Amino acid sequence: MILDTRYLILFEMKKFTKLTSAVVPLNIENIDTDQIIPARFLKATTREGFGENLFCDWRYDADRQPKPDFVLNDKTYSGKILLAGKNFGCGSSREHAAWAIQDAGFDAVVSSFFADIFKGNALNNGLLPVQVSDEFLFKMFEAVAKDHNTQITIDLENQTIKIEGQVLPSGEDLGGAESFEINAYKKSCLINGYDDIDFILAQKELVEEFEKS
Amino acid sequence: MLTQSTESHASPSPLGKDGMGRTLVEKIWDAHVVKSEEGFPDILYIDTHLIHEVTSPQAFDGMRKRGLPVFRPKQTVATADHNVPTLNQLQPIKEELSRYQVDMLTKNCAEFGIELYGLGHPFQGIVHVIGPELGITLPGKTMVCGDSHTSTHGAFGAIAFGIGTSQVEQVFATQCLLQQKPKTMKIEVNGELGKGVGAKDIILYIIAQISAAGGTGYFIEYAGSAIEALSMEARMTICNMSIEMGARGGLIAPDQTTFDYIKGREFAPAGAEWDKALAYWKTLYSDVDAKFDSVLTFDAAAIAPMITYGTNPGMGMGIQENIPATNAQPEKEQLSYQKALDYMGFDDDASLIGKPVDYVFIGSCTNSRIEDLREVADFVKGKRKADSVIAWIVPGSKQVEQQAINEGLDIIFEAAGFQLREPGCSACLGMNEDKIPAGKYCVSTSNRNFEGRQGQNARTLLASPLTAAAAAVTGKITDVREFLLEEQG
Ligand code: SF4
Repeated sequence: MILDTRYLILFEMKKFTKLTSAVVPLNIENIDTDQIIPARFLKATTREGFGENLFCDWRYDADRQPKPDFVLNDKTYSGKILLAGKNFGCGSSREHAAWAIQDAGFDAVVSSFFADIFKGNALNNGLLPVQVSDEFLFKMFEAVAKDHNTQITIDLENQTIKIEGQVLPSGEDLGGAESFEINAYKKSCLINGYDDIDFILAQKELVEEFEKS
Repeated sequence: MLTQSTESHASPSPLGKDGMGRTLVEKIWDAHVVKSEEGFPDILYIDTHLIHEVTSPQAFDGMRKRGLPVFRPKQTVATADHNVPTLNQLQPIKEELSRYQVDMLTKNCAEFGIELYGLGHPFQGIVHVIGPELGITLPGKTMVCGDSHTSTHGAFGAIAFGIGTSQVEQVFATQCLLQQKPKTMKIEVNGELGKGVGAKDIILYIIAQISAAGGTGYFIEYAGSAIEALSMEARMTICNMSIEMGARGGLIAPDQTTFDYIKGREFAPAGAEWDKALAYWKTLYSDVDAKFDSVLTFDAAAIAPMITYGTNPGMGMGIQENIPATNAQPEKEQLSYQKALDYMGFDDDASLIGKPVDYVFIGSCTNSRIEDLREVADFVKGKRKADSVIAWIVPGSKQVEQQAINEGLDIIFEAAGFQLREPGCSACLGMNEDKIPAGKYCVSTSNRNFEGRQGQNARTLLASPLTAAAAAVTGKITDVREFLLEEQG
C-alpha cells in the first residue's frame, strides 16, 4: 500500500527500513513507563534530553553512580535494539518513554507483548516496536546471554526479524528467524517518514463536512 | 461565561452494517467515524480534548513548528494538576521546573485560545475529576487526553481514552485521531457486594484475576447488577483503572443514575438541548444480540477488601489472603515476580494483616471525589490516626475541596489527625513535593503501585478509601470489616 503523497505536507518523522545491530537485553516483564522514565523527569517542555534518565532508578544509585549490575551500564552490551520482557511499556501514557528510548540511541524495541499506548507512541516517533512470540523472545535472550555481540536484523519491508546465524564451537545453532505483524498503514508511515497529522490534514474537508452532519 | 462546547457531533444510526445489533462501543464509534477505508485506521472525530501541563508542551511546540492553529479550541479544556503544590497553592510554585511547566500551559492556552482552569480558578482540579463534575463529560461523546486514566470518563457511556503527545498534537491540528477500531470485552459483575467492599475492591479484584495485561487491545464494557447499583463516582473508580489491565478504555451504559448526576451541572445541556440529548443517550446501550470479542463474569459476593502486595496493579489479593508463592508463578515470570517482592520487602506466603504502614494517601483521579471523602470522614469520625502514620487527604478538585468544607468534613479530618490538602495529583505520582520517602510503606487509594511511582524507592499498597482509612487509624494493614462488625454489634 502506498500513500498518495500529493496531499502530504511531509513533516519529517524518523524513517525506518532495515537494521542490523547488537542488542541490549532487559529480561524483565511488565516494564512500565514509570520505570522507563520516572515522573520527576517529565518537567521538560521539549522532546530532547530524556535519554540520560532512561531507566534512571535501575541505572543509577542514590548518588547517581551507575549501578554495575544494570545492563545499560554493562559495556559488553551495545546496539540500537532494546530487547525486553512481556508487556513492555504498560502504565502511564507518557510519550516521554518513547522519546527517552530513542534519545538513548535505540531504533527498535523487541518484546513478546507491548502495551497499546506505548506501541502507538513508539510508532508515532519512528521507534519500531517488534512483537515476537514468547519462544522467539526467549531464544533471543538466550543467544544474547551466550554471545553479547549477537547481531539481530530487523527488516521492516519484509516484516522479519532474524538472529544472525551463530554456530557455537559446540555445534549449537543460535540463529533463527520469525516474521512479525505491523499495521500496513503504520508500516508505510515508518518507511516513508510520514505522520498521522499529514494524513488527516489531507482530508480536512471531510472533517468539516462531518461536523456539519 | 459559557465558552465550553459540550455538544456531541455524533449522529446515531440504528443498526450495524449487517443488520446485527451493536455493542455500545460500536454505536459510539460508528457515529464518530469521519472516514473508514480498507487498509487504513479510521479517522475518528473527537468531541472533547482535555489537556494538562505535562503532556501538552511538546504538542503546542509542534503546532508552532507547523504553523497551525488549534483547529477547534472550544472543544479543548485545560487544567493544571500533575505538578501543582497541595499546600499554599496560590503562592508561586517553588520548584522551578514545575513552575515553568505550569506557566508554559498558561502561555500556550492564551496563545491558542484554549480555556484554562488553572491554579486559583474555582474549577481547577485533576483533569479526570473536573470533566465529569462540570458536565463536560457526557454520554455518547468521544473524549481524549494525554493521560492514560482518561478511561475514567467512560463511566458516563463515552468512548474516552488516553493518548500520547504526538496524538495530542494530532487532535490540536485536526480534532481527529487515526484509530484502529478496538476489540470489545464485556465484564459482568453480578450480585451484591459485602460490607466494607466498594468499587475500588471490584476493580482491583478484576485486575488481579485477569492480570495487568489481560485487557490489552480491548475496550471494556462493565455491566451486571453490581455495576448498575453503583453511584456515578463509584463507576468512575471502576472505569479509571481499566488501563491497569492494559485496556484502551472502559465504559458503562448510561442510565437514570447517569442522567441524574449530569442534570444541572455547569456545562451540561439544558432546556430543549437537554431533552434532545437525553433522547439520544437513551439509545446508548449494547443491543441484546450484540457480539463482544470476549465476555467475563464475576460474582460480587466473592470480592473481599483488596490490597496489592507487588509492583503492578495485577499483584493484588483479598486482604486476608497470603502473598502467592514465587514458585507458584509461571517459570518465565518468576524472576520478575521475585524482583517485585524484594522491592516491597515482602516474602512468599506472608500475610499483610498487621504490617505497619508509614503513610496513608487518600486522593488521585481514582478516589478523590466527594463520596470518597465522605466515606472516609464517616469512618474516622470520633477516631484518631495512629501517631506513627502520616495521613494525607488530597481532594480531586477545588469544587470537591469546597464541598468537603461546606459539609464540615475538614473538621472531622483535623480532629482525626488527617491533613486535608489542596487539589492535584499529589502523591499519586510525586511530581510535586508530595513524595513518599524511600523504603516507606504507603497505603494509597491511587491506581499505580509501580516501583518509585510515589517517590524513589517508595513502597505502595493500593487499596480502597475505607481500607486506607483503617490503616491510618490502626497504623497497620487492617481488615476494615472488623471495625464495621464491631460498630454494628
Ligand atoms: S491523579 Fe494520578 S493517575 Fe490520575 S491523572 Fe493525576 S497522576 Fe495521573
